[in-house]
Amino acid sequence: MKRDALVAAALCALVALVPLAGEAYWLRLGTTMLMYGVIAMSWNFIGGMAGYPSFAVAAFFGLGAYTGAVAQKLGLPMGLAWCLAGLAALAFAAALGIALLRLRGHYFAIASLVVAEVLRELVNSATDLTGGGMGLNLPLPAMRSVQAQAIFFYYAMLGVAALTFAAMLATVHSRLGFGLRCIQQNESAADMLGVNTTYYKVAAFMLSGVFVGMAGAVYASWVHYIEPPDVFDVLYSVKAIVMVLLGGAGSVFGPLFGAALFLSLEELVWRRFLEVHTGVLGLLIVLLVMFLPKGLLSFSRRLPRASKQP
Amino acid sequence: MLTLQILANGLVLGGLYACIAAGFSLVWGVLNVINILHGSFIVLGGYLAFFGYVKLGIHPFASILIATPLLFALGYAIQRALINRMIAAPVLLTLTLTFGLDLMLSNAMLAAFTADFRKLILEPPLGVATLGPVVMPVDRLVAMILALGLTGLLYLVLSRSRIGRAVVAVRMDREAAALMGVNVKSVYAVTFGLGALMAGASGPLLAMIFPISPLTGPVYLGKAFVICVLGGLGSVPGAMIGGLALGIVESFGTLWFGPEHATTLSFVLLIAILLLRPEGLLGRKGYA
Repeated sequence: MKRDALVAAALCALVALVPLAGEAYWLRLGTTMLMYGVIAMSWNFIGGMAGYPSFAVAAFFGLGAYTGAVAQKLGLPMGLAWCLAGLAALAFAAALGIALLRLRGHYFAIASLVVAEVLRELVNSATDLTGGGMGLNLPLPAMRSVQAQAIFFYYAMLGVAALTFAAMLATVHSRLGFGLRCIQQNESAADMLGVNTTYYKVAAFMLSGVFVGMAGAVYASWVHYIEPPDVFDVLYSVKAIVMVLLGGAGSVFGPLFGAALFLSLEELVWRRFLEVHTGVLGLLIVLLVMFLPKGLLSFSRRLPRASKQP
Repeated sequence: MLTLQILANGLVLGGLYACIAAGFSLVWGVLNVINILHGSFIVLGGYLAFFGYVKLGIHPFASILIATPLLFALGYAIQRALINRMIAAPVLLTLTLTFGLDLMLSNAMLAAFTADFRKLILEPPLGVATLGPVVMPVDRLVAMILALGLTGLLYLVLSRSRIGRAVVAVRMDREAAALMGVNVKSVYAVTFGLGALMAGASGPLLAMIFPISPLTGPVYLGKAFVICVLGGLGSVPGAMIGGLALGIVESFGTLWFGPEHATTLSFVLLIAILLLRPEGLLGRKGYA
């Protein structure tokens, strides 16, 4: 655990140096990369550790974005709005988890998939508060240059990513992480041996929501304008899964690695195939699932052994 | 008076929904695969009908005869070549696989046909039928009857034909079916083909009523989700009841809450049913 933390700290310091290079393109790319990292690591809590096929990432992201945006519109300072977005996602995940985590397999997947759709429709129709389909403009931060803003949001996203990573590292090495891996392997057996599965699963679901909610709020402030189809995009959920699959999820760095790899592919693809971008993304997903499905499955084996656990 | 009209609208919509969901439910129940491609299959069937009518003058109802074998072949090929290799993999992987395939198919359609919403307009129109206080366009009425007829046909195929019995046998117990000499892989491919065929059949029927665009695929897929959960998995009568129920609920929901909440209502219904009665209204436990 100590080694992982050190590597992460070094990585964090390295990543913190990127703004010195200063180019706007790299700043934008870096901010996106950190956001994808948050999304992938968050999905890892419920999908990688507990083995529940959650498609709720888009719901948390959109909820966070709109909570942050509406809070700022009502006059809350930006930082507070972000924290509020995290709390909203946390509370929503708790309520949703208590209800949905009794389902398994396909049923859980579908239920978590439609949650984002329901939220999008609700946001769409609550025109007074959210602007509905017109979208919502956010106040510009009081900063002199565009460059300063870009650097500010880069560091903000880095903060969220670091927080997520710390939470993941702590979870993996805690009772919670151990219990979640038991649930992934055999939920009934875990239940019988005294793991409080409901409590553990809801905790994992909450962890998978809170940071995505914050990232959503930071994203909203960063791009200044959000609309329902943009932030409740089901592709966020799918991308999270693909990134974790790509990364192989062999270590705690798997999701981060997958996010970096995925973003690189996306950048290359995006530039070359603007017209068929989603089609190529689909092809990538198909190839990945067909030929590299072991990434996800090997997750539990390469993590710390049971005997090391408290 | 209004209530009767809304009920009739709901029944017509519900008949089409039953047709949408029957194939999806079959694939889910037998293969244990959620086929995200289903919505795009429906849209593809719709485009076949549209271009068949506009370019070649084939009546949309007749183009069902063209769309079904094509979609069956496409579904059979996809299952044989790709999904059969992953059939034993966890839920997450098969779901992600069909999601990726759907991205490819819908993007291909977007590139080929653009995102424009196109409407198939019959010339001359079929007119309207009046029965007491209820008014109904004839094309919708025929579409509903065909949809229910096709769904009934699927039921007959499953319950009477040799291959249909094999499909049902695999659904009940894969190992036992294999021991009795059923070629499970081939049955899987036929089942997936049948699912695609039903989507291909409902495409032209829906094209008579709703505009066609690659963007409508997810909408139909969402309906199929809700109906499957409502009616229970893998049974044609379940899809029929679920489809009719959803049609009626949506019609009255639109009346009471406004059209912008129809989707929300159906999804809230889905989540409520999942929580209270996960095996569906007609379903038996054990096919999950």
